[in-house]
Amino acid sequence: MLQSSEAFVGNAAKGMADAGLQRALARAKPQFAKKRQAAVDRLPEFEALRDVAVGIKNHAIANLDYYLGVYADAVERSGGVVHWCSTAEDARAAVLKICRAAGAKTVTKGKSMVTEEIGLNDYLEANGIAPVETDLGEYILQLRREPPSHIIGPAFHLNREQWEESFREHHKALSPERVFHERRDILTEARGILRETFLAADVGITGANFLIAETGSSVIVTNEGNGDLTQTLPRVHVVVTSIEKVVPNAEDCLALLRVLARSATGQDMSVYTTFSTGGRRLGDLDGPEEYHVVLLDNGRSGMVGTQFQDMLRCIRCAACMNHCPVYGAVGGHAYGATYPGPMGSVLSPMLQGIEAAHHLPNASTFCGKCESVCPVKIPLPNLMRHWREREFERHLQPVSMRYGLGLWAWFAKRPLLYRMGTRAAAVGLGVLGRKRGFFGKLPLAGGWTAGRDFPAPEGDTFFAKYQNYMRNK
Amino acid sequence: MNRDAIIGAIQRGLKRGSLPVDQQAMLAARTALHHRHLIPARGQLDAAGRVALFAQYVEREFGTVARLPNIAAGPEAITSYLAKQNIAPSIVVSPHPDLEQIPFRDKPMLQVRYGVATAHDAVSLQHAFAGVAETGTLVLPSAPERPVKNNLLPDTAIVVVQAKDILACYEDAFDKLRDQGAMPRNVMLVTGPSRSADIEQTLELGAHGPRRLHVLIIDGES
Repeated sequence: MLQSSEAFVGNAAKGMADAGLQRALARAKPQFAKKRQAAVDRLPEFEALRDVAVGIKNHAIANLDYYLGVYADAVERSGGVVHWCSTAEDARAAVLKICRAAGAKTVTKGKSMVTEEIGLNDYLEANGIAPVETDLGEYILQLRREPPSHIIGPAFHLNREQWEESFREHHKALSPERVFHERRDILTEARGILRETFLAADVGITGANFLIAETGSSVIVTNEGNGDLTQTLPRVHVVVTSIEKVVPNAEDCLALLRVLARSATGQDMSVYTTFSTGGRRLGDLDGPEEYHVVLLDNGRSGMVGTQFQDMLRCIRCAACMNHCPVYGAVGGHAYGATYPGPMGSVLSPMLQGIEAAHHLPNASTFCGKCESVCPVKIPLPNLMRHWREREFERHLQPVSMRYGLGLWAWFAKRPLLYRMGTRAAAVGLGVLGRKRGFFGKLPLAGGWTAGRDFPAPEGDTFFAKYQNYMRNK
Repeated sequence: MNRDAIIGAIQRGLKRGSLPVDQQAMLAARTALHHRHLIPARGQLDAAGRVALFAQYVEREFGTVARLPNIAAGPEAITSYLAKQNIAPSIVVSPHPDLEQIPFRDKPMLQVRYGVATAHDAVSLQHAFAGVAETGTLVLPSAPERPVKNNLLPDTAIVVVQAKDILACYEDAFDKLRDQGAMPRNVMLVTGPSRSADIEQTLELGAHGPRRLHVLIIDGES
């Protein structure tokens, strides 16, 4: 599903008013953080491993041209085909061509954010090919025609009743009187339905968490095993992935795996970590005959050598969104982007253009939690700040905000005036509000007082008090 | 061509052309060296510690473990496990030489078929190339004698691993793989049975892969 972030402000308000979503967020948010912390606490070397991970990704990106070349040559040597795609359109066309050549009617899909990024499902459907998502969360979203709201827990915003309702609506062949006693019954039904699809599919499409240059391998990480069935059962396996995922060798990949699952789900290791290299070998009793890699750029090469290069380290663990107070309040759909949360707020302006996505870098309190949990230490708040600067340079904010910011900047650059002004305001408001202790309405602060009272200042400004304290010390 | 366009765009970003030959040689040497990064202490144990930690982690991740003195004890261990789980005594066995030596004739009630699992097989018996103590992980590389479907399709997966093949860390397993030749087509690292927490963040076992993972650790040689 291709998306746009222009409506972020309205969508955020909707998200906060959505009782079902708020219930799901309240359930998930503390769990994500708790599980990650427990996994980190179990591994004394975790902090040191983060630095190792940063070093590996920085090395790979500083030599990305070289390693991509080595990777592609190794894929071809193992009998696979690499399709280099500059744009989302190129990638969609490449996948369609492979599916057509295979005579495919149904394709199964493992979880892949890059296929979301390029809007692959809608495109295949429009061209007469039925894509079926097999990750449980992605499957229900496909039934409900919703985009994912999270990059590793795509459907965590749904409540159990919604699962049941969608299954009853779509699985018409099953008895309408059946009862879902527990969550396990929902899972069992999906497993049964998807098993048949797996066995009938002509092409299997997966993403990749890592690409290994030396051996030309693609690596997927799942817990359900759907990615493995997707790439093992059909005759053709297509990996849709992007250029920044390449690392030099298996040892580099293994080091990154040590921080990935711990940061993501709080597992020490995901259930299935699978390295795929080419198609079926002589004597093999199973596995795909053809192996294709659709290798997408889509603006990533343009980040190399810029202040956004650090973003290319991202290994898509979702720790940043799991710990983000803004994400936790508005949910993933509000962002209107393939990648929500802090990492998405840096990436989306690159993918959609800053004009369409200019709200997203502002969807942060800059509390810094995202950076502090990022396994590859991406300075996310700083990168968002870079986008805010570009937004200002391009005059993308409302006129009143620009003037307001300009006025504030004029004062901020004149400390004496600034201190006098704030002091006058603090003392003045303190006197005016002394009786009630708060203001229900304030000129120029309607955005604040519409939802809550503004407390009246109790005395002087911090700076004045500090100066006073230093003088009397 | 797109390859040149993408590589060219990256090089423009890096503000250089293709790397000089000597630097390419340095990178090739770095790649081929297989330098190990930081290995956690728990991935550096001795043989006894490795087997104990491996078993502990398999169980932590909702698998089950049985330790057998030798492979001849396999049929008894398998039939009693299946009986306890109330599963019909019928298994598909990977055509691996070690598994072909198991004396199944001792247990005539157990139906045994060697080959690739289909959607109708409820239980598989697979051979592990290695175990990794660090996280209780099984290493299952594809090969004619180790079909991938046997890891995935049955509801219950039973996996045999020799105690001597339980290695300290993932890197040990990849060294061992390289000793055998080229990278296999498919290498699965399996840690526990299949699961999903997609429904209300609540963990349920048996999403698409096996719901049960039972590991038989063989202490002696067969």
